[in-house]
Amino acid sequence: MRTVRVLTAGLLAAAAVFTLPLPGAAADSPSPAAGTGDEAAAPTEAGTSFRTAAVVRPGQRATAQASTGDYLYWQFAADAGQRATVRATVELPRSKARSGSQTWRLDVYDGLRRRQACRYGSDSATVRAGASSVELSCALRTVRAWAEPWANDPLPGAYYVRLTVAAAPAEDLGQPAEAALEVATADSGGATAVDGRLAAPLVPASGREVEPDGGWASGRWSSRILWTAGGAVLAALAGIWGHRLTRGGGRPAHVPPEA
Amino acid sequence: MSIRKRLAAALCGALLVTVTGGTLPSTAFADSGGAAGQAAAKEPPKVELVLDVSGSMRARDIDGQSRMSAAKQAFNEVLDAVPEDVRLGIRTLGADYPGKDRKEGCKDTRQLYPVGELDRTEAKTAVATLVPTGWTPIGPALLGAADDLEGGDATRRIVLITDGEDTCAPLDPCEVAREIAAKGVGITIDTLGLVPNAKLRAQLMCIAEATGGTYSSVQHKEELSERVGQLVDRAAEPVVTPVATQGGERCADAPRLKAGLYADRETFGQHLWYRVDLLPGQELRASVSISADRPVNRDHGVLLRASTLAGREIVRGESTGDGRTDVVSTGLRYPKADTDGDTDGDTGDGTDEAGAAGAGDGGPAAETVCLRVSNSFSAPASVATSPGLPVELTIDITGGPRDAGDAAFRGLGHGWWLLGMGTLAGFAAGALWGWISRWRIAVWRSN
Repeated sequence: MRTVRVLTAGLLAAAAVFTLPLPGAAADSPSPAAGTGDEAAAPTEAGTSFRTAAVVRPGQRATAQASTGDYLYWQFAADAGQRATVRATVELPRSKARSGSQTWRLDVYDGLRRRQACRYGSDSATVRAGASSVELSCALRTVRAWAEPWANDPLPGAYYVRLTVAAAPAEDLGQPAEAALEVATADSGGATAVDGRLAAPLVPASGREVEPDGGWASGRWSSRILWTAGGAVLAALAGIWGHRLTRGGGRPAHVPPEA
Repeated sequence: MSIRKRLAAALCGALLVTVTGGTLPSTAFADSGGAAGQAAAKEPPKVELVLDVSGSMRARDIDGQSRMSAAKQAFNEVLDAVPEDVRLGIRTLGADYPGKDRKEGCKDTRQLYPVGELDRTEAKTAVATLVPTGWTPIGPALLGAADDLEGGDATRRIVLITDGEDTCAPLDPCEVAREIAAKGVGITIDTLGLVPNAKLRAQLMCIAEATGGTYSSVQHKEELSERVGQLVDRAAEPVVTPVATQGGERCADAPRLKAGLYADRETFGQHLWYRVDLLPGQELRASVSISADRPVNRDHGVLLRASTLAGREIVRGESTGDGRTDVVSTGLRYPKADTDGDTDGDTGDGTDEAGAAGAGDGGPAAETVCLRVSNSFSAPASVATSPGLPVELTIDITGGPRDAGDAAFRGLGHGWWLLGMGTLAGFAAGALWGWISRWRIAVWRSN
């Protein structure tokens, strides 16, 4: 009888432990938002200011026809625990029409229009007059559910991407260029889950509505709950084991308790 | 008996691990984004296409066609594709006066098709009659177009298509564009240069820059229709129009702002003050963008500073940059602590409380937060400093955050070390408990 109980408990504990998300396996691929029918189609125009920034969903490829020198704006939503990577490609005008090298730049701003740092990636690139395209990327920091007002940690909300030419010969400005932008988000798992929560994500009321797939979930769930519960179960089992080891046989079975 | 003991040991182990975790996590964001849906403009957007019909439009250098016929063809395509809710007008410059008198030639601009509901056939017929004729009075044409778009709070856009620089000095079209922008009427001027030379390019870029518009150079027919179509579509996109405001010299006489979008002007080195009332438990979110609408020196910066009435700085947002830019922006957030419960050291600032605006009717008093916008733009001496650079100020007020009580999510643990430590501690506690019970049995036996 007792063996059965111990076995059951052991199985339960094992189940709890093995359903925990492994630290390495937590980062998953970007959600395949593009292609599904009910999603909004990828934007084919970019905005020209923070207020008119075109909304891109992770996994989509946004495109835009522009003139060299235009400031192109897109925005996307990033929720707590996500690491976003922005990639932009610019197809430059035919090289014989260009007279010199161009420098393109990608800037990312958060919902409060504060500039965001890139962990890595080339947010600025110079190409020679002969090049046909330029590629830029920016890997953003992990979005935190909460930060002190004095910190500039990335917070859940809208993120703005600005793509523009930072330096070019004056005669090359105004020429047509084709830009494409892709945003990928990866979940960083419970290891980066912080305490605290904003009352509302940093999405300005005067801008366009952005929301991650499935809505804002910031601070509602973390795999830390599973880890902690699993730890508790393991500790309980280890406690039972330790107790059984040291308690000994106890009162012999044939001796009545009130002897 | 043994079951109870086992339970006790289990509880003991469990308690060791789940020390002081929070209870169930609360709900997700109550109100995401707020009133972003209000973006739809009440009035239909207005667009005026300003077309150069000067004599130089006869040049046959756009895909073997004359510039004029390329423009006509582009107009036909654009007129076919104009979104339903756009009020479109057409103005010409240099269409009527073929003479040599510069004074006369520089007055030659007229409205070909009035801004209003579009009759495509009528508009196309009007465009078809155009013959390249006269001078290039860009400045007067822009003034005329601004007048045509006068009135209402709709999105307004001028699309200027020209192939030659203005020939009507001293009225510099760039100055005209700046004047139009400074009137605060919110007109954007996009410019397209047909096979532009350096002088025209500089002029058109200056016009576009002054109003936050774009400049394109056009070498091919399809580029022209694509670009004009794109600009007209852009006008149709709903945006929130900012409310004009005038920041104060000091916080005491600064305008009181509520949540919303505001526009102002700030010259180089000027400080502008605004006031926002914030109730305990609310969070202020403010962003500011200052546009570089004229040539500026290559290093620039913006500082947004929130302070109390007494002058104590609460929080600041700052941003610096260099090189070519349209705007420099920064933002800040200031959650005002709830009066009951967690006051995070904001007490003892008696002067602030004295300045707090009473909310009346026994409610908690709102704190007056002073916002100061300053910039470190500079410009070469040749650049006009007045009117100031356009400032866009966004104020949002939301609920306050739930502050972190721990570095980690609700104080919960994570990782294999946690499991190992839990197991070890549980084992130790269980073994101790078992040893105690063994000792107790031994005592019981010996009695």
